[in-house]
Amino acid sequence: MAERNFEVSRLPGFATTAIIVFIILYLPIITLMVYSFNGGASIALWEGFSLRWYEIAWNNDAVKSATMRSLTIAAAASVISTVLASMAALGTTRRDKFKGQTVIYVLINQPLMVPEIVTAVALLIFFAAVKVATGYQGLGYLIAAHSAFCIPFAYLPIRARLEGMDLTLEVAASDLYASSWQTFTNVTLPLLMPGVLAGAMLAFVISLDDVIITEFVKSGGQDTLPTYMLGQLRRAITPEVNAISTALLGLTVVMLTAFFLLTRKKN
Amino acid sequence: MTERAAVTAESVYKVFGQGAHAVHALENVSLSIQQGEFFTLLGPSGCGKTTLLRLIAGFEMPSGGHILLDGQDVTDLPPNKRPVNTVFQSYALFPHLSVRQNVGFALKMQGRPKAEIDGRTEQMMALVKLESMADRKVAQLSGGQQQRVALARALAPQPKVLLLDEPLSALDLKLRKEMQVELKRLQTETGITFVFVTHDQEEALTMSDRIGVMSAGKLQQVASPRDIYTAPVNRFVANFIGETNLLPVTAAKGGYQLGCGVIVSADGNGSTLSIRPEQIRVADSKAKGAIEARVTNLVYFGTDVHAHLELGDGAKMVARLPLPPGGDTGLMRGSNICVDFVPGAARLIGE
Repeated sequence: MAERNFEVSRLPGFATTAIIVFIILYLPIITLMVYSFNGGASIALWEGFSLRWYEIAWNNDAVKSATMRSLTIAAAASVISTVLASMAALGTTRRDKFKGQTVIYVLINQPLMVPEIVTAVALLIFFAAVKVATGYQGLGYLIAAHSAFCIPFAYLPIRARLEGMDLTLEVAASDLYASSWQTFTNVTLPLLMPGVLAGAMLAFVISLDDVIITEFVKSGGQDTLPTYMLGQLRRAITPEVNAISTALLGLTVVMLTAFFLLTRKKN
Repeated sequence: MTERAAVTAESVYKVFGQGAHAVHALENVSLSIQQGEFFTLLGPSGCGKTTLLRLIAGFEMPSGGHILLDGQDVTDLPPNKRPVNTVFQSYALFPHLSVRQNVGFALKMQGRPKAEIDGRTEQMMALVKLESMADRKVAQLSGGQQQRVALARALAPQPKVLLLDEPLSALDLKLRKEMQVELKRLQTETGITFVFVTHDQEEALTMSDRIGVMSAGKLQQVASPRDIYTAPVNRFVANFIGETNLLPVTAAKGGYQLGCGVIVSADGNGSTLSIRPEQIRVADSKAKGAIEARVTNLVYFGTDVHAHLELGDGAKMVARLPLPPGGDTGLMRGSNICVDFVPGAARLIGE
């Protein structure tokens, strides 16, 4: 008689548990999305389908400027953190093993381990001192802060891609008369590109989503979309928040799908 | 010799690691490979043959000694400054480029004019019969086709020397045989010096002008395939190339005495006699140099029979006896026969 392998899916209650978990995960989000199309002003009482709240959000100048600010910061932070993460990934993989390698990994991935609130308070105090010293009040602080905590998210996919890359290809390029720079631009970088794009996209989404550090670091009138929404919650809640959330969710889903496709493509 | 050697290694050493963990990959290797030669480095894995190839390519720096290409000392030059190209064991084709772009890569890196790149690329793809595949990605090709792209890519910049690192090991037997012929044709057509690394003795014997047999980081013997086979200098070479019987001998009046007392004639120096199985034949018991033996086993091989023999002193030999048209040697397991050596076939070898 053939032995049957142990399979979790055969345990009693497996399907029930799975269904409950999925409901807990997605029901609130689905409710949020549904009520973004509510014709009335309540977020709990359905009064017919309408795109009214999308229109209101779209015409709200505060939402518009917060969205622009969010996108600007996310774009800048994802470019800066991806460039830095690429250099870090190259520096930690394209060389012999060295002393303190683990320490370097830990240092690069610090934002993943330090509680965000600690970083936020630290940045608040640090940037306050810088503001006094320089008088600069612009978006630079937010971009710098976001770039910093996005680095590990960009670093991980890039490093994974580099480690999966066949080193012989770079040796072959140098054998075929390519200088170090030519090897980098003609072989390493094109092959690394899916990892770089994945890293950039992940960093963009992480930056777009951030509340805690942004809340502590922003100056007056520097609301991003998430901090604007947090501010709205203190007043009357209308389905406008639902509409904004749904739009943000849509953007994130698109970016994460792209990230998934890019990282999967290497096989 | 007035002609400059294509590749010269002068007392090359290579040590990996340091202190107690140091591995001596190459020890005092000196070698000279002539222009237009098909030279094979042959040896078991870990013998240092690939390391020597990588030193010639410039992927590794020697720990001591010099590498010369066409008379010029290139020991300190990086790979991209050396007029040699490599066909890698894994092919190392660029997966993000088409066949055409792979083949033209070196010329592009050298900054050659576009017309020249296009012309030579076409020519190279024709040489390896891949014109119809020019715009495919390399992942869409079979192993044999990838092999051809790797060859075309390495030959395109017209290197002085082409280095081939076990390029046929990933192919199946039939394809390997075809590629052996193909490689030999390419070498003759281009006139480029080939340095070929392999652990396959048959590949080495059939393709090479000369073979360098390596073991434990040292060159054991450098000679033509025929000389390597018929006149191995030591026990390692005799055992590694083909099959052989090794018997201890002592010098005696009129030749060399085997353990069983029979005196045979042999060439060379040393205290061990090497005789190939196919050089042993059934003989008349009264013939000079006839050796009495007992047949302990018979193994049928279609074209011949391997007879396992035990001599009077207990020494063992294998004889490969051709089957007559009838298909029967008349030998029986356990029977006693007399054999002798084909004149001139026995060699004395050192350790």
